[in-house]
Amino acid sequence: MNARVLAWTVILLIATALLVWRASTGLGMAKVYVEAEEVSFVEVTVPPPPGAAADETSKTLWLPADSTEVRRYATPAQRDAAISWTELQQVPPKAYFEAQAADPNQTAIVLSWPRTIGIWIAAIFTLSIFSFLYRDNPFYRVAEAVVVGVSAGYWMVVGFWDVIIPNLLGKLMPEFVKANFLPGLNATGVEWAYLVPLVFGIMLVWRLMPKGGWISLWPLAFIVGTTAGLRMVGYIEGDFLSQVSSSVIPVINPIEAPGGGTDVMATIWASLRNVLLLAGILACLTYFFFSVEHKGGVGKIARVGIWYLMITFGAAFGFTVMGRIALLAARLEFLFNDWLWLIDPTDQRGVANAAAMVIGGV
Amino acid sequence: MLKALQNLDRRWIFLLMGLAVGVPILVIGITGRTFPETPTPLAQSVFDAVNELDAGDKVLLSFDYDPASEGELAPMATAFVRHCAQRKLKMYFMALWPVGPRMVQQNIRRVIEQDYPDLVYGEDYVDLGFKAGNEAVIKVIVTDLRQYFTTDSKGTPVEEIPMMREVRSVQDMDLLVNVSAGYPGSKEWVLYASTPFGRSASNPEGFQTVAGCTGVQAPLMYPYIPKQLAGLLGAIKGAAEYEFLVNEWVREQRIAEALVAGGMAEAEAADLATTFAKSPGAAEEWTVSGAAASMSPEAKSDLIRVADAPIPGKYLEGQRRMGPQLVAHLLMVLLIIVGNVIFFMSRKRGGAR
Repeated sequence: MNARVLAWTVILLIATALLVWRASTGLGMAKVYVEAEEVSFVEVTVPPPPGAAADETSKTLWLPADSTEVRRYATPAQRDAAISWTELQQVPPKAYFEAQAADPNQTAIVLSWPRTIGIWIAAIFTLSIFSFLYRDNPFYRVAEAVVVGVSAGYWMVVGFWDVIIPNLLGKLMPEFVKANFLPGLNATGVEWAYLVPLVFGIMLVWRLMPKGGWISLWPLAFIVGTTAGLRMVGYIEGDFLSQVSSSVIPVINPIEAPGGGTDVMATIWASLRNVLLLAGILACLTYFFFSVEHKGGVGKIARVGIWYLMITFGAAFGFTVMGRIALLAARLEFLFNDWLWLIDPTDQRGVANAAAMVIGGV
Repeated sequence: MLKALQNLDRRWIFLLMGLAVGVPILVIGITGRTFPETPTPLAQSVFDAVNELDAGDKVLLSFDYDPASEGELAPMATAFVRHCAQRKLKMYFMALWPVGPRMVQQNIRRVIEQDYPDLVYGEDYVDLGFKAGNEAVIKVIVTDLRQYFTTDSKGTPVEEIPMMREVRSVQDMDLLVNVSAGYPGSKEWVLYASTPFGRSASNPEGFQTVAGCTGVQAPLMYPYIPKQLAGLLGAIKGAAEYEFLVNEWVREQRIAEALVAGGMAEAEAADLATTFAKSPGAAEEWTVSGAAASMSPEAKSDLIRVADAPIPGKYLEGQRRMGPQLVAHLLMVLLIIVGNVIFFMSRKRGGAR
């Protein structure tokens, strides 16, 4: 065992020992509690409201059993045919502590093992991703692969249920979709025009077939063409014309004082801002105008343009750093709060101070 | 020494940065103290755009972000929902990102269901869910919302949702709020919705647009202010400022309600609430003064309770994250200075050029 492996083994052992100590002292750590809640729905026929249009008819809907409509219109048979299930609602740990203090044998609020394991997996994956800062390693690679795989799977499932089912199959086979997938769908009739996107979709997936991969190029060309057209109009109107219009501003910008007359200081600042804006636009345009050699006066103006660009890039860099630090802060907050229970900024555990959370009884 | 600094392993910098972010989180988490925020005109204009609406006005909230940027954007999304809920605006949630609906549901659960249980789904807020198609979705719904959104996220037909009856397109909205982590996001909403159909000199009745975006996007969005975008929250700093404004305003509202419940006229209550919200201890002092003689003891204790009530931690996420920002930025500035000093010293000694 070389020195480096030995050092890392010692570090990992110390970290594990600290973790075990943390889990066994005070309130413990990384536990998620749930409360069971009965949900019941009843199929009820609701008549049109008073004053509704003559063509409005009664509607048969699935509504919560405690809703006004169910209380008012449901028949005993409909109530008997209610569908019920149990939903597990996550509750803050302090709700569990209070329930336990009131009755140590209570079972209304219990520890949720799947969600607790979820917290542990999230924490381990977070640390695995951080481990890349030291060097590339198998933990990082596993975490990265899982994130990519889960994201792709999630996108596919969401796309299928939110778009393909309601917006494609729901138009082509409304009765079938209503009967099997979306009971709330308004099945008004088949819309044959949606055969076009269906055919395009099949052609796009044809790329996966061993032969005829070129077929996918046609819908791809359609997508590229449509996107280009859409963007061209949007950019000309929103970016080009509007930005030109916004740049045409008065050099002297008089600002009215609240009591009437001109506010001199405000006018000077507003005018200076406009002058700087105009100077910046002209200088940056000069820098990107390569038909004239950047020498003499043109060179000096171009140099001012570079300064403007550098200040802009600096601001962008500053914003990027701020964004990344915010993301890091959020992950560390998750580790300290949800996983290790070292802090409690959202009062989830209802403990007076951090020491009580860690060692208990303070 | 110089040689050691020149060859310093970058992993020491990572460790320093980890400590610079981690230690303030622990300190703020334990003490519960946050840094005070001074709102900039941009955050103020976002606040004003929401606040100038009347109860019952319609707001479309498009949450186009995912967990990868949640740390930066969730605080502003929460503040937007809280502001709209407190203002009693009708909220229409949607998303152009597949994971966006999770962010919407999270905010509905954390803010509306917990703190505004009186709001009714379908009458005060609706979750329209996600639709694929990027800017094409915007392009369609600005003229015909129902072409894409035939049902809400639960599968209920939009015709059966009361608050959808008076909405045909995005143009029926009074305000468009976008929280964006990239493409499609704020830029697309500006290009395809705000610019052609938003409020302008030629369309004074059009809707206004405000956005909250990541730090990476923010510099690209500034040119659209104020004509195409009424206000912008740039990254966590913008979120913290807006959060501060909303928290102060909500406290003011609740103090005013307590004063009115104690028998004071609305105009007078509003003035006093502004004073009490800025210095909570002032409310307690006022209750023992002669001016509060007509108030019942219950109303007085209710007023003190409201004025001194701590802000729930979930509404301070942005402000909490400004502590790590400050320390990390100080470290960054220090590292830049040290790096430059090392560079120039090396060059002086005939090293790097």
